[in-house]
Amino acid sequence: MAVITKDQVKHVANLARLAITEEKEVEYYTEKLATIIEFAEQLNEVDTSGVEPTTHPVPLVNVLREDEPAKGLDRDLMLKNVPEHEDGMVKVPSILG
Amino acid sequence: MNFETVIGLEVHVELKTDSKIFSPAPNHFGAGPNTNTHVIDLGYPGVLPVLNKRAVEFGMKAAMALNCQINQETKFDRKNYFYPDNPKAYQISQFDKPIGEHGWIEIEVEGKKKRIGITRLHLEEDAGKLNHTDNGYSLVDYNRQGTPLIEIVSEPDIRTPEEAYAYLEKLKSIIQYTGVSDVKMEEGSLRCDANISLRPYGQEEFGTKAELKNLNSFNFVRRGLEHEQKRQAEVLLSGGIIEQETRRFDESTGKTILMRVKEGSDDYRYFPEPDLTDLSIDDEWMERIRAEIPELPDARKERYVNDLGLPAYDAMVLTLTKDMSDFFDATVQAGADAKLASNWLMGEVSAYMNTNQKELSDTGLTPNNLAGMIKLIEEGTISSKIAKKVFKELADNGGDPEKIVKEKGLVQISDEGELLKVVTEVLDNNQQSIDDFKEGKDRAVGFLVGQVMKATKGQANPPLVNKLINQEIRKR
Amino acid sequence: MTLFNHSAKELQQLLHNKEVSAVELTDEAFRRIDKVDGDVKAFLALDEERAKARAAELDNTPVDQRGPLHGLPVGVKDNIVTEGLETTCASRMLGGFDPIYNATAAKKLDDAGLITVGKVNMDEFAMGGSTENSYYKKTANPWNLEYVPGGSSGGSAAAVAAGEVPFTLGSDTGGSIRQPAAYCGVVGMKPTYGRVSRYGLVAFASSLDQIGPITRTVEDNAFLLSAISGHDPYDSTSFDVEVPDFASALTGDIKGLKIGIASEYLGEGVGEASRNAVKDAIKVLESLGAEVGEISLPHTKYALPAYYLLSSSEASSNLARFDGIRYGYRAEGIENLEDLYKQTRAEGFGDEVKTRIMLGTFALSSGFYDAYYKKAQKVRTLVRDDFTNAFEKYDVVIGPTAPTPAFKIGELIDDQLTMYANDILTIPVNLAGVPAISVPCGFDNGLPLGLQVIGRHFDESTVYRVAHAFEQATDFHKRMPEIREGLER
Repeated sequence: MAVITKDQVKHVANLARLAITEEKEVEYYTEKLATIIEFAEQLNEVDTSGVEPTTHPVPLVNVLREDEPAKGLDRDLMLKNVPEHEDGMVKVPSILG
Repeated sequence: MNFETVIGLEVHVELKTDSKIFSPAPNHFGAGPNTNTHVIDLGYPGVLPVLNKRAVEFGMKAAMALNCQINQETKFDRKNYFYPDNPKAYQISQFDKPIGEHGWIEIEVEGKKKRIGITRLHLEEDAGKLNHTDNGYSLVDYNRQGTPLIEIVSEPDIRTPEEAYAYLEKLKSIIQYTGVSDVKMEEGSLRCDANISLRPYGQEEFGTKAELKNLNSFNFVRRGLEHEQKRQAEVLLSGGIIEQETRRFDESTGKTILMRVKEGSDDYRYFPEPDLTDLSIDDEWMERIRAEIPELPDARKERYVNDLGLPAYDAMVLTLTKDMSDFFDATVQAGADAKLASNWLMGEVSAYMNTNQKELSDTGLTPNNLAGMIKLIEEGTISSKIAKKVFKELADNGGDPEKIVKEKGLVQISDEGELLKVVTEVLDNNQQSIDDFKEGKDRAVGFLVGQVMKATKGQANPPLVNKLINQEIRKR
Repeated sequence: MTLFNHSAKELQQLLHNKEVSAVELTDEAFRRIDKVDGDVKAFLALDEERAKARAAELDNTPVDQRGPLHGLPVGVKDNIVTEGLETTCASRMLGGFDPIYNATAAKKLDDAGLITVGKVNMDEFAMGGSTENSYYKKTANPWNLEYVPGGSSGGSAAAVAAGEVPFTLGSDTGGSIRQPAAYCGVVGMKPTYGRVSRYGLVAFASSLDQIGPITRTVEDNAFLLSAISGHDPYDSTSFDVEVPDFASALTGDIKGLKIGIASEYLGEGVGEASRNAVKDAIKVLESLGAEVGEISLPHTKYALPAYYLLSSSEASSNLARFDGIRYGYRAEGIENLEDLYKQTRAEGFGDEVKTRIMLGTFALSSGFYDAYYKKAQKVRTLVRDDFTNAFEKYDVVIGPTAPTPAFKIGELIDDQLTMYANDILTIPVNLAGVPAISVPCGFDNGLPLGLQVIGRHFDESTVYRVAHAFEQATDFHKRMPEIREGLER
């Protein structure tokens, strides 16, 4: 069985909000991903029973900030890189369009 | 066929911190759009979250007040989904290790007590606000983004819309007592989604559930559930099947309307948030927070009834808000009789707050001056009637009741000699009433007492006036 | 002018003696960039006006208030956010992006009196090992312009090797500082995870990323790392530990120091030239009095697949914010939200970035999480334990930085796995979070090779000491690419 199918690639592209729709593109990425995933299968050779997963390479706990507010960001600055805005708010197309 | 209703509630509560959960932007309601933000809230490239200590402590406090077990080793996770109000396209939340689990609260419906389980309570960040226009686009305000939230998920223990209502009331009251949130649904600091399904009585397996949204008051929760209960029963009875769907409550029609059918479960791709460290809550930290939790409403009710001898009704009313209950406790502490204090708070004080649209703390009343006034009544220094005048003065302008009574000359006349003169004068001028009395019309005494009160501008001690009139009238 | 052949220390002395000014040093950097960058293509953006104004200001600072890097020019990798200076991550997605805040590391450069002259090229969002994945240009290796400079910090390494600037900052997620440093014959340090703040570093893989310096010499590198290190309250994963004066560790004395050579680092997949260069290096280190012994890091082979799963998973989430709504590229003429997301991201990201986003999305998705993401996290634990065990007996571990010297531009573009395998010796270090340096240790067909020195968590001092002793005992760092010799005349 293939490690990843074209349908799975389409599903993943949709989850990641990437327009990958043309059949040629789907094939291209399916092949690429399959190569890596097949390569990654060798991890199954490693016995990891009883091994804890690592999220942070160097352990550290309880890094917290005191509840002290700063001034809010200047709105003009905030809108500086925004492609479209109106009335101080960020403009987005509606969900259905 | 008869169905049993199964309801579970998901409640989001905004925590009342000064800054946001992962950024130092100010956290308050009602500012102009996009003025309470930080590059961190906007998900700018390169920014990182840093966890607000108070948000964690508020979460712990709420979890403890709801009888949850605290997960002493806990962490945050990313919940990945795209939406314009979610700037990073992931929400920092807690997945498999919520800060609190296995809690419960007790509700009472029609005199019957019942425990509703709380599956979990976790910390997360709120999203921004999407304002839809009629022109094919929406406008995003990120002020709310990053407001600390707790999500409280109940067990599917709720069986009726009434129970759901009682659960929410109780939950709100407990959270409000802990002081971690304003829990105001109208401001969005408390929000509720409901899951509801039906199953034939005796069946163990749950039916397919619908999720109700847009429930903007406790009343709407109840009405929405009532309607949904009816709708699902009708579908089932007519041989139909319930789809797993999200429905919104329409306030104008009182009906629930289909929003979308859920296809499988959403794939949020949760994974541990690498930008935050794990949390390790030691016993000492936990106990310090536990000690900060005030006595909760149920405990107070019990104390009012058992120790202070108040009727259950009084205890219930007084504990509706923490402000009122704290005020009551302090008034009793200041020496007032518990029942009198309760009467005043439930009566005049509440009426005054209502009429003037004021919170207790916005009036001139303090536990000390209220207790002082009650003592003046008990000692007979002022009459109940005069007390109303004193009360108005205290509520409007505050001050010392004793001083007010003296300055305004409101002290009750209890000097027998002084009163006897007035009584004699009234009797002299009202021969008709004396005649009536002699003919057996007891009412005449009432009229005479009124005359004495009038002559003394209400300051005469009423029992004494009564006694003197009865005594003097017989001499005539 | 041979100004940039001087060490930071020497330049500081010249500034002190008023034999040269910060303005002249800055002018010199722009002159050199102007002369060679057409060929090297290391820079994406220049900040000439501000840099010169800043240099003039810095010349007025009283001498006793100057640090060791005061008034010296520096280049910054384009994934480090610089206020008011375009930051693109070499992606179309961030074309024209004008940051409204500074990365902590960028701020620390300012605080140290360094002058940022511009932003240097990289693989798009730091994904790649050749800088060929830049949307804007392909940087060339100054030793041979037909070869890649390595990556992802290819611009950072090439700019230093070509003598355009004396120092640059890079970032290293799986070897992105050390591998290009090795390919370009310069010194690159990946500090301990948590040593340098990541605030303002556009995240690729949050649990692996680290900013570090690329310089011509070990001493310069030590100065620059001291300047950018330190606890940052804006980065929860930055450690609140003392920052040593790393330069003071450069005693030249490594007598009795225990050095482990990992057998896996000289095994299968490592080219002969790299192997021989490291064997020669061992002799040099032994002659300096170090005790060299063979060790095993048995999970080395599995580091690479674990890394690709973990880094891609984190990246799939980190790069989700690029959606065309608040900043950056936005697809045109789109009426509904879903299409805006999908079109913007399909057009804004390059091929490699999209591949990794999809790989990560897959590894985290329902039904595959345990088999891929979580499995990789467990293997990560084993890789880290390998190092923990090694460091019980040895002070540092050494090996080649990369299996081979630089390859030709375009040579590996269709050979994904070989391209990935170039990082096989650097990736375990990121998984373990330990510090490691690459220092020049030889040449193969005129292309430089690097020696990697790996140390314990927060023990950069020992790493520097070994690298420095080796550097001082050899001449590799004194050789210069032709293109640079042209500048020095």
